[in-house]
Amino acid sequence: MSDTPKELKYAPTHEWVLNEGDDVVSVGITDFAQESLGDVVYVELPEVGDKLSAADEAGAVESVKAASDIFAPVSGEVIAVNTDLEDSPETINEFPYGDGWFFKLKMSDPSEMEHLLSADEYIESTEEE
Amino acid sequence: MNSRTCLYAAHKKMGAKVVNFSGWDMPLHYGSQIKEHHCVRRDSAMFDVSHMTVVDVGGREAQEYLRYLLANDVAKITGPGQGLYSAMLNSSGGVVDDLIVYALSSGFRLVVNCATGAKDVAWMNDCARGFQVALQQRDDLAIIAVQGPQAIARVGSVVGKASGAKISALKTFNSIFASASKTAGSWQYARTGYTGEDGLEIILPSSEAETFWWQLHAAGVLPAGLAARDTLRLEAGFNLYGHEMDESVSPLRANMAWTIALQDGERDFIGRSAVLAARDAGPQDKLVGVLLTQRGVLRDGQAVYIAGCEQSGLITSGSFSPTLGYSIALARVPAPAGGLAEVAMRKKRETVRLIAPAFVRRGQPIFKA
Repeated sequence: MSDTPKELKYAPTHEWVLNEGDDVVSVGITDFAQESLGDVVYVELPEVGDKLSAADEAGAVESVKAASDIFAPVSGEVIAVNTDLEDSPETINEFPYGDGWFFKLKMSDPSEMEHLLSADEYIESTEEE
Repeated sequence: MNSRTCLYAAHKKMGAKVVNFSGWDMPLHYGSQIKEHHCVRRDSAMFDVSHMTVVDVGGREAQEYLRYLLANDVAKITGPGQGLYSAMLNSSGGVVDDLIVYALSSGFRLVVNCATGAKDVAWMNDCARGFQVALQQRDDLAIIAVQGPQAIARVGSVVGKASGAKISALKTFNSIFASASKTAGSWQYARTGYTGEDGLEIILPSSEAETFWWQLHAAGVLPAGLAARDTLRLEAGFNLYGHEMDESVSPLRANMAWTIALQDGERDFIGRSAVLAARDAGPQDKLVGVLLTQRGVLRDGQAVYIAGCEQSGLITSGSFSPTLGYSIALARVPAPAGGLAEVAMRKKRETVRLIAPAFVRRGQPIFKA
């Protein structure tokens, strides 16, 4: 059974979003996503300063088995990326919600958070897959 | 409802992620396929391969039948227990399946692929017409592969000194029949595998397999799933049926010429004339190894572009090599290809290097850097 923390918001494309305050969010991929992908071997991160709109491609994650794009769950500017993942991609499998974060965004339209899924809604969406 | 091996309950207890593999519920991994892969290269791990099909061939004309059925020649086998890798061809010289045939004290035993098992048995029965043979599918047997540099020692610690000594004296592709205990039925220990490491494939009664599995586990052998089995065989450069060859591919195009026994000109095995015609026509393409040292993972079906060649090649098996730390693949490319090539990846073309199709053996890279 995948872990889906209640305090986070989710995109249907399997990203989680943590509101850190001051219109800053951190973004990673869910436990469900890492489990489906299996062992991650490469990550592709956006660059600090990139301006992304919601649903823009923000990077990619590639496992032994498959590759998958990462999308920006909300619009904003990239203010930090987790470069540790480039050397230790297995962190995404081990700690998808903690050390496995991908990037932080300064939101340009915080009201977009309302369009994201709650934990329960996300769990429901994965059960349909 | 999928089929399950006699070890299914053990897999679930060990936390396996179970997937459908050709109609069987099989363990894909038990947490991390990369850790399982390293386990085989550095120590040992065990695989449940009981989904593979075992067919015993008995009868007065068992040898004549197999000399007709198989492209390799069972007459090369000098004694009971000895194994031989062979292709089974159709009359147009395509590969029906690849398999290992062992001599038993009386008759022979074939171990064929799971995905092709039903087709193979039907084909074998068709080809048996006119021969005094009896084919028996052995669904009562399980197969456990224990692979890795410590595999022989760890199996030895479980089966006791007498059997352990016989096992460690086994030569590659040989097997012995022994009992693990006074109550046990006959077990076959074969020094074979699909990983590029030392190890055994143990064919034993299904009813005794789970006890043995837990004994191996207690002796320090961790379980590994089909995902690790695939990256291990790819690093070793071994073909996988349905990827490097199938019924439309001549074994000559899959680096299997060494398994086609043509020495005995009198022996008219199925596919012989087609193989000879293909040999005389010469190679149009070849099966090579591919290295991608930069980021990205090569995948089955990607095109391989060769400078100066109109025809592109194709990746037949692509994945990530845990031992090397980057992606490798097997690819069928036009005969003149060599050196560098380009592969159409997900988003752009990447430069790759073409090498002989073998990457890792006994824990070490075996190609020139």
